[in-house]
Amino acid sequence: MIPAPFDYIRAGSADEALALITEHGDEAKFIAGGMSLLPLMKLRLATPTVIVDVGRLRELSYVRVDGGTVAIGALTRHRDLETDALLGEHCGVLQAVAAQVGDNQVRHRGTIGGSVAHGDPASDLPAALLALDAEFVVRGPGGERTIPSSEFFLGFLETALAPDELLVEVRVAATGRNGFSYQKFNRRAQDWAIVGALAVRGITATRVALVNMGSTPLRASAVEQALASGASVADAAAQADAGTEPVGDLNASVEYRRHLARVLVRRALEAAV
Amino acid sequence: MRIAMTINGRREEHDVEPRTLLVHFVREACVLTGTKVGCDTSSCGACTVLVDGESVKSCTMLAAQADGAAITTIEGLAAADGTLHPMQAAFQENHGLQCGFCTAGMVMASVSLIEEQPSPTERDVRLGLEGNLCRCTGYHNIVKSVLVAAEAARQ
Repeated sequence: MIPAPFDYIRAGSADEALALITEHGDEAKFIAGGMSLLPLMKLRLATPTVIVDVGRLRELSYVRVDGGTVAIGALTRHRDLETDALLGEHCGVLQAVAAQVGDNQVRHRGTIGGSVAHGDPASDLPAALLALDAEFVVRGPGGERTIPSSEFFLGFLETALAPDELLVEVRVAATGRNGFSYQKFNRRAQDWAIVGALAVRGITATRVALVNMGSTPLRASAVEQALASGASVADAAAQADAGTEPVGDLNASVEYRRHLARVLVRRALEAAV
Repeated sequence: MRIAMTINGRREEHDVEPRTLLVHFVREACVLTGTKVGCDTSSCGACTVLVDGESVKSCTMLAAQADGAAITTIEGLAAADGTLHPMQAAFQENHGLQCGFCTAGMVMASVSLIEEQPSPTERDVRLGLEGNLCRCTGYHNIVKSVLVAAEAARQ
């Protein structure tokens, strides 16, 4: 399978990348690792006529900790997150989730920013970042703005990122070594989650996110509220699929996905101590 | 567009369409057909090569993205005199292949894995090779081969 023809331009800096995307308009796309975009282009589900390669912008590959905030450059690869000691110390949950993305080969190429900008509800990191109340720093023609994760994922592969904006940084509040558990259910080891559930314990509240239970990554708000009002893990987890609209596909029916969400949230809550 | 990279220590410079995938650059422009196209959807890992020392699925990378990189394919592992790379030797000695179609990708992924995890457990090897599928289901001897090669590399 070969993508439709396109022009390829490699950006030497973030500013150059933004100028290129503005110049070429709506038919241009950024590519980072290409782990999500290239498969779509090979299937011709995406047919950009200009590809702006931002994959070599090392200036956007970093993990920094400032006070209680962990800042991650958008072009930091999953492999880098998996092995970064600073991230392990200050946000172990994000490191553990990054280590479960795809397989080694995918983690050598894929980036956190690419995963977020792609906005796939079946991806691991968007849901994790939603659970962590992440903020996304995006740069566009008018300068920088910060979008809370709760307002970022709008629909299936649809985000609040404008076509001429570049995601440059992901910020989360440090969780230290707080308890967490990510339960990813799939049939083949490397596959996307049929359903995934992440629980993150905090000082005041437990946050729970769901993978592949609708058109966007989701917070299991009913579970969080039940726990906050003192419900048992079993009673809270029973509400895991409340308000969700999962779709049925070859891997799982709607009812099976709802069942998985309840079971996986219970397991995640039991394991996150 | 004109791109150049080092493949197995040798400079390769060719004119390609921007949409050329790395695997096609390797197989067709450089005529190195040891690297296979399996699923063509980045699931099976048959097309795995090393890009700057790290395993990558070359069916899901543009050749243009590898412009300037150092690539290693299965043809680049053995010594000039034909002596097999320890990973190749371990696959041969432990019958780590059946039909052989996944083998080049398995060996390349394993070389990268051992580089990153010099002392893997059996579970580490199975997890580390999750991106490589063997349709003969010959996993048992593949995992055994990688463990033997890792042990040999440590001595």
